[in-house]
Amino acid sequence: MTVSTNDLLWIDSAHRAREVWEQQPDSDRMIINLGPQHPSTHGVLRVVLELDGEDITRVWPDIGYLHRGDEKIAENMTYQQFLPYTDRLDYLAPLANNVVYAYAVEKLLGIDVPPRCHVIRVICCELSRMASHLLGLGCYAMDVGAMTVFLYCMREREKVMDLFELLSGARFTSSYMRIGGLANDLPIEFVPGVRQFLEGLPATVDEIDGLLTRNRIFVDRTRGVGVLSKEIAIDLGLTGPNLRASGVEWDLRKAHPYSAYGEFDFDVPTGSVGDCYDRFLVRMEEVRQSRRIVQQAIDRLPGGAWHVDNGKVFLPSKTEVLTRMEPLIHQFILITEGLDAPPGEIYFSAENPKGELGFLIVSRGGGVPHRLKVRSPSFVNLQALPALAVGHMLSDMTAILGSLDFVMGECDR
Amino acid sequence: MNTSIAIALLRERFGSDVVEPPVFRGEQGVQLPRERLVEACRVLKTECGFDMLTDLTGLDNFGDSPRFEIQYLLYSLSHLSRLRLSVGVPEEDPVVDSVCAIWGTANWHEREAFDMMGIRFTGHPDLRRILMWDGYPHHPLRKDFPVAGLPAELPATAMDAGSVEVAPMEGGPFVAVTGTTFSTRREPRACDSASERNRSVKDPHRKEEI
Repeated sequence: MTVSTNDLLWIDSAHRAREVWEQQPDSDRMIINLGPQHPSTHGVLRVVLELDGEDITRVWPDIGYLHRGDEKIAENMTYQQFLPYTDRLDYLAPLANNVVYAYAVEKLLGIDVPPRCHVIRVICCELSRMASHLLGLGCYAMDVGAMTVFLYCMREREKVMDLFELLSGARFTSSYMRIGGLANDLPIEFVPGVRQFLEGLPATVDEIDGLLTRNRIFVDRTRGVGVLSKEIAIDLGLTGPNLRASGVEWDLRKAHPYSAYGEFDFDVPTGSVGDCYDRFLVRMEEVRQSRRIVQQAIDRLPGGAWHVDNGKVFLPSKTEVLTRMEPLIHQFILITEGLDAPPGEIYFSAENPKGELGFLIVSRGGGVPHRLKVRSPSFVNLQALPALAVGHMLSDMTAILGSLDFVMGECDR
Repeated sequence: MNTSIAIALLRERFGSDVVEPPVFRGEQGVQLPRERLVEACRVLKTECGFDMLTDLTGLDNFGDSPRFEIQYLLYSLSHLSRLRLSVGVPEEDPVVDSVCAIWGTANWHEREAFDMMGIRFTGHPDLRRILMWDGYPHHPLRKDFPVAGLPAELPATAMDAGSVEVAPMEGGPFVAVTGTTFSTRREPRACDSASERNRSVKDPHRKEEI
């Protein structure tokens, strides 16, 4: 069977090339594929580029290579069973996703967790933010040629991974949260471990600062590249550090303080130009601010309960189940039927490392959601790619992709 | 300006077209007929300051009439409030006007709703599938689509145009094969006819069972 480019229905470089040739037969524009297997696309993003010489004239991002149907899966299991799937959304900050999902279901149920649980969740979120930003900065620097920074960042991130392992037994797919509480209380080694990590962190951040902020090569490759104005950033719905780099001082932790964020002092860094350099500066400053929050949180970590005392939401302890009748019934019902959620629709969103992660849950009652929509920041942020890249050179593409800091697991769901 | 004032303004402009569902967990929303959607969105953006479209979700309320629903989650950076706007979409004519011209971010969200639910958006600049490949015949988030998947042709590539393969998830996504075989066989894995074929092929590393 002969193949013509007409058979290639989905966006394909050959198909796009044909389109270009049909429009401008004497054009010498070139169509190239970036990804889905390319180091700078950080996963399986594919970008089809139209080049005029080395200048990018058009950009078609192609996503969906990591689509696993998480939203369909969620409709077919109980609320508790979906929690491990949230780890796999933004897999660079799994704990933060767990936290947002737990809060979303708790909002649907109309319950509030004890203060200790709130503060532990804040610590988890901020540690995830540091881990995610460190990796983001490291990869970004490596993409534009600074290998050393990547190694320093990974070294520091490894310490956060060790802390996650201490908490949950897993480095990556932690699933530490539970609806109505946590999987277990903090281990005794955790707080000293966090203190030790926080002590070493400023030196590393200063080191990154020293290696990049005034580095001539880095500045040349990022300043004035991929500029996104405030108006376009809002129009495209960008959130998180990418929006703040464009000069919009908006952070869900400040705008709608959820969890225990209202109790802590921290600043929201913003950029002035909205170029790749600003996005780097904002992320680096956010690592410092996260350190401030964690420092305050471990200094005034409240004692007391770390989960709700409600057998219809939170699994009773094993000893209770084995010795008392009521907890046994609760465990049986929770495992077989799940929670008893009221009918209604809620949206809960929180400031994740990549931006606003939201869960829209439509419940018709019972233990299984009728519809669960994940509003993922990477999906929305990636839409800005054509606005950022057109007019720049092909080699700037790596800087732009690195500065956007997206995760395909979350984008494609 | 806040959400309540915005709803009052909508009520003033659109009269009885605006239906206000009961407030649940402090979240306010309005339902509108789909003919008035774009008009209402324009009012909300220009006069009420809802400058950001946070999310756009398609819902399949299978068995209800109208079957589909689209929810627009609006946010205002100036007065920090949210508003949920929903429109019903009938199954016979799943078409809604696009709001891309109002919020640029709607572009990909509408493509996703089209891909997953099969709702078409008139006036959309580039309404293609986004997560599934072009040419995929189903809309996976519809309630009548089984979680195990349905067979579909894979997109033709320049390498093997015209070849037809079944969907990798046919027969259930997590089919565990128990027994005493080695772990690659025992792990839960997609069970499709391709892997069935492989299973019948003799594994050279496998020791003969006595």
